[in-house]
Parts: sequence; C-alpha cells; structure tokens
Amino acid sequence: MSDLTFAPKPPYGPAEDAVEPLAHYVSTAPYDPYAVERMTPAQERFYVASQWRMVWWKLQRHRVAVAAGVILLAMYLGITVCEFLAPYGVDTRNTDFIYAPPQPVHIFYQGRVVEPFVFGFDYRLDMKRLERIYTPDLKKRQTLRFFCHGDGYKFWGLFPGDLHLACPAKGGQLFLLGTDRLGRDLMSRMIYGARVSLTVGLVGVAVSLTLGIVIGGIAGYYGGWTDILIQRAMEVIQSFPHLPLWMALSAILPVSWSPILVYFGITLILGMIDWPHLGRAVRSKLLALREEDFCTAAVLMGARPVRIIGRHLLPSFTSHLIASATLMIPGMILGETALSFLGLGVRPPMTSWGVLLSDAQNINVVALYPWLMAPVATVIVAVLAFNFFGDGLRDAADPYH
Amino acid sequence: MLSYIVHRILIMVPTLIAISIVIFTIINLPPGNYFTTYIAELQGSGETTDLAKIQFLEKEYGFDRPLWQQYLYWAGGLLHGDLGYSFSYDMPVDKVVGDRMLLTAIVSITTIIFTYLVAFPIGIYSATHQYSLSDHLLTLLGFLGLATPSFLLALVLLYFSNVYLGISIGGLMDPKYLDQPWSWGKVLSLMAHMWIPVIVIGSAGTAAMIRRLRANLLDELQKQYVVTARAKGLHPLRALFKYPLRMALNPFISDIGSLLPQVISGAAIVSVVMSLPTTGPMLLSALRSQDMYLAGSFLMFMAFLTVVGVFVSDLALALLDPRIRLQAGRRQ
Repeated sequence: MSDLTFAPKPPYGPAEDAVEPLAHYVSTAPYDPYAVERMTPAQERFYVASQWRMVWWKLQRHRVAVAAGVILLAMYLGITVCEFLAPYGVDTRNTDFIYAPPQPVHIFYQGRVVEPFVFGFDYRLDMKRLERIYTPDLKKRQTLRFFCHGDGYKFWGLFPGDLHLACPAKGGQLFLLGTDRLGRDLMSRMIYGARVSLTVGLVGVAVSLTLGIVIGGIAGYYGGWTDILIQRAMEVIQSFPHLPLWMALSAILPVSWSPILVYFGITLILGMIDWPHLGRAVRSKLLALREEDFCTAAVLMGARPVRIIGRHLLPSFTSHLIASATLMIPGMILGETALSFLGLGVRPPMTSWGVLLSDAQNINVVALYPWLMAPVATVIVAVLAFNFFGDGLRDAADPYH
Repeated sequence: MLSYIVHRILIMVPTLIAISIVIFTIINLPPGNYFTTYIAELQGSGETTDLAKIQFLEKEYGFDRPLWQQYLYWAGGLLHGDLGYSFSYDMPVDKVVGDRMLLTAIVSITTIIFTYLVAFPIGIYSATHQYSLSDHLLTLLGFLGLATPSFLLALVLLYFSNVYLGISIGGLMDPKYLDQPWSWGKVLSLMAHMWIPVIVIGSAGTAAMIRRLRANLLDELQKQYVVTARAKGLHPLRALFKYPLRMALNPFISDIGSLLPQVISGAAIVSVVMSLPTTGPMLLSALRSQDMYLAGSFLMFMAFLTVVGVFVSDLALALLDPRIRLQAGRRQ
C-alpha cells in the first residue's frame, strides 16, 4: 500500500535545472507484435496438454493419494505372484503346529547382527486346561532361506513350481502370523486370500460401471418417461439396506455351484446392487452436458446420437466416473468380507479375507488366538488406500479448476 | 406444507409396492420351496415323510397357484398385518418374530440419534479448527471408523468390556427379561446393554457424517456473507450459528436417506456376531433354510423402516428449509 501514498508531483513545464537528454535508443531487432502473448515452453506444455496429462499432474501433487496408489499397486502386483510370495501352500497343514502363535523375525542374536532368523517352538499340552502351549525355544535358531525351494504349487493353477521368496529353515517353521485350527500358515493364506478379496471389488465395479453407464445414459439422454421410470427404480434399489439384500441374493446361489462360479455370482450381486449411485452420476452429468455449446455445435453439424455420446459427452466425464468408481470399491471389499464372514460369500476351498475372518467369530478367539484377526488389518489398509486414492482422483478429475 | 406431505405419500406407496415385488421375486428365485427342501432333508436322513400332510400344506399356502396369485395373497396379508407362516418354526411369522422388529427399530433409531449427537459437535469443531492437530486426529479416527468392518469392532469391544469391565454384554438385555412383558427393569437392562451395538453400528455412519458436515460447513464459511459478517465485527459464534450452520445442516437431515440403510445393514451383521435378539440372526437362518415368508417379512420390514425413515427426514427437511417445501408445492 505504500506505493499509493500521495507524494507531491513535480510541476510540468520546463525544468529548472536542464539536464542533458538521454541518447536516443533504437532497437534493431525485427518487430514482433506477438511478443507479449508468446508463452514460455513450460506454459505452452501446460496449455496444449491433454486432459489426462493434466489429471496426472494434479494427482501427483496429492501426496497422500500417490502414497495410497503405490500401496495399491504393490498389493495388486503381489496378487499376481502370490504363490511365490507365500512361504507355504494355501492348504498345507502343519498338524504338529495347531494354533501356533506368530513367530517374530529377529536379526540380533547375542548382541550381533546375523541373518534373519526365527526361534523354534517348544510345545507342551497343558492337560489341565486342555490348551496347547507354545514357547519360543531360544536355543533353536532357524535361519530363513530366501529364493528357495519349498511347498510345490501350480502357478495360476497351470505351471508347476516350488520357488518361494522365503522359506523356513530345513525342518523348521516360519509362521509369521501364526496358524489356524488346522495348522495352516495364516500369512500364506492371507496372501492367497488377497487374490479374491482385491479382485472382487474390481470385477464388481466393472459390473456396476457398465450397468450405470448404460442405464444412466439412457435416462439422461432420452429423458421424459424413461427418465422418470429409471429414476424411481434407482430410488427403490438405493432405499434398500444393502447387506440384507446381498445376504438374500447370495443365499440363493445354488449349493452345487463350484467355488469359481460362486465367486462370480458374488461379484455380480455386489455390482448389481451398487450401480444406481453411478447411474445417477451419469444421468445428471449427461443432462448438464447436453446443454453445453459444444454439444449443440455437434448436433448442428449433423452428428448422430452415438457419436455425440461417445465422442463428446462420455470423455467429458470419464475422469469423474473413474473417481466415483474407485470410491465404490472399498464398499464392495467390505461387503464381500461381511458376506464371507457370515458364510454366505465365497466358499472354501477358495480363500478370501472374509473367509479367514470367519474363523474369528466368537469371543474365545479374541481371547485365545488373537492373531486370527490379522486379516482385518489388510482389509483396513486396502479400504483406506482406495478411499485416499479415490479422494485424490476426484480432486484431480477436474484439472481445469 | 399439506400438499408437500400428500405428494411425498403418493411417491411412497408405489415405492413400497415396487419393493415388495422385488422381495417376492428374490424369495422365489431359488429352485423349489421350503417343502421340497424339507422333503429332501427328511429323505436324506432316511425318515419317511407324510406326503399327504405336505400336499395339504402346499395347497393351504397356495404353492400350487401361479406366482402372481401367490404374490397378491402375500401382499394382501401384509396389508392387514398377517406376515405369513414360518414353516421352519411351524407357527405364524408374527409369533416367531415377537419383539425382534420392535428391538431392531429401537436399536436403529438410537444409533441414528447417537450418530447425530456425536457427529454434530465434532463436525463443527473440525470445520472451525481446520488443519489443527485435533482436526487431523479426528479425520484419521474417522477414516479408521469407515474402514474397520463393524463385526470385528463388535468382537473386540465385547472382549474388552468382558475383561476390563467384567460384564457380559452379549445380547440386548438380561436373560431373565427375555420373553417377559415390558417393564421398567427391562427397559433399564436394555439401555445398559445397548451401548456397544449402538457404538459399533454407528461408527461408520458417524465418521461419514462428520466428514460431510465438515466439508459443507467449510464451503459455507468461505462465502462472502460470512466474511462480511466477521469484518463488521459480529461475534464469531453468532457468525457461525446464525446462517452458515443452518445451511450446512440440510445434508445433515437429508442424509437419513443414506444413513438408515447403512445402519440397518450394519445392525444385521453386528447382531449376528453379538447374538442380539433383533432381525439379523433370524434373517440369516431363515435365508439358509429357505423359510421364505419369514425372510420376506424381515426384508420387507427393513425396507419399510428405511422408506418411512426417509419420509420423516424429508418432512423434517421441509420444516427446516422453506425453499424445499415451496418448490415442491409449485411443482404440483
């Protein structure tokens, strides 16, 4: 504000002390009338960037979303090679180690840094309380092996192999998260379970995205009676509590179905109930965009509805759609977990985090074998990561803001 | 206002009819009916079946008639309070259900009240103290509440209250009050037991509500009229409560529409874990044994609760916000 102070101006007219005039300066550079409007390369890059590039730039600035995205990427890369990551097979039973507690990995032994190792178990049956008691035996040092041959498996059910990232020492154990009532390694089962739990959300969202775009698109484009009918239908589905409806629908999946069919049935059910949310978004966006000038221009130029929807309308809100679809995945993951927990979802021998958690159905488990609740941690991480990533995407989806 | 109420009721009726058709379709989707499952079960265990009796029952309950007649029979029964017949319990559904529906309604409504009571002050605090340490902590807590499966939270809370408070709080009341007529002692026992399910069921909804209230209030607080009010020296509290808060309250009320289905969903699974005498566990067993009238009544009741809840919230919203009630009147 200081430059706005009113200093007395020097009077115009001939100056009292005439000073030598400055030497006349003429620039010899060619005259460029657009010099002011010219952009720096960085600006130019910004202005000609495609929408997706701008979304990407804006997303990168959202630190939490980037971190969440990295976690998700790691998880999804992990489920492609879970046979290799898991120390044991998914159904390997260690009958001598039923309900064994987790074995922490140590790297200090008698004050020295050594290769990672675990302590072996001393096992004793308390006949009075009928309880298995495992105590770490500080003398049994079992050094882990890496890139080693262990339990045989069929990679993706096709190629036989037995290479693992980490294996227990020969004759030793490696139960990083303990074992369940059949002596199966929980850590390995969680890694295998991720395959179902993480893909349920993706497939389910693909189903509801398709339904949402088609039905919402019809409602938004045609309007009138179709619109009113579809809107009412969406309201009916939305006003229904999801979980009981999911329960009812998954209860009617035939018992005779194979686990893989049941898996697809569950994802279909999850997707079928959740689409009205996306359908509404599509409809309202279509209604708004239909009135935009570029759409009128396309109509006047004689474009057909298919081209208008596909070339002009859809690309304008794809990023929004993807963002809201991402935010729907956590609900589906939680839904699958709840259904499998109740025994209505994915059925053994297929494993998901919900199936694993169904072992932790009563209070005794919390008291005696608390490690059986470990899968809930991965559920929380996955759900949070999707939430944060989706939030970041939603903010970035409108890069012109 | 009256025309608005009439308008809403006129929308509500077809919605309920559509829901009943959907439910009837769902409970009829599995191949066969309760009797075919029952016969197969009996024959599987080598018992002889009285086919004549089953045929009589099938005729009595109209299983031999076309589906649309069965639907009309069922829906007509619902209208005058006849919920049908539970085959696995061998008695009318309303006898089997007993207090369960009332208890479900009580738990759901209490949860919603709890959600409001908690979310309201925390949401305002979070918005007025944006980016403070406590705001970040509350946001983190809210995200955890959203992401934790409620049934596990229930288990852990059950365990800790058992170990540290020394009380067993499974169920909704002291066992001695079960199947007793309502009395003052029963109400007190209900209140003492209800807080855990209410917290567990309400956690996700509360977290969502806090986030929404915070976002709405933040949007409102940045508007120019608030800045003007502040600049003219209005007391900060008055500049908060007089207009911005009232604007941010709208979604608070209208959110019942999304909150209620969520609460009822949560209640269904939490009650299975905590063995509450509500509709959840019985719905599960009815679905498993294909006891269709029982399952259908529960689903219908849950949907009815939701639709009525949304109706009440719309009325409250219209009372609160003249724009809505005037607009609806004009549309008619």
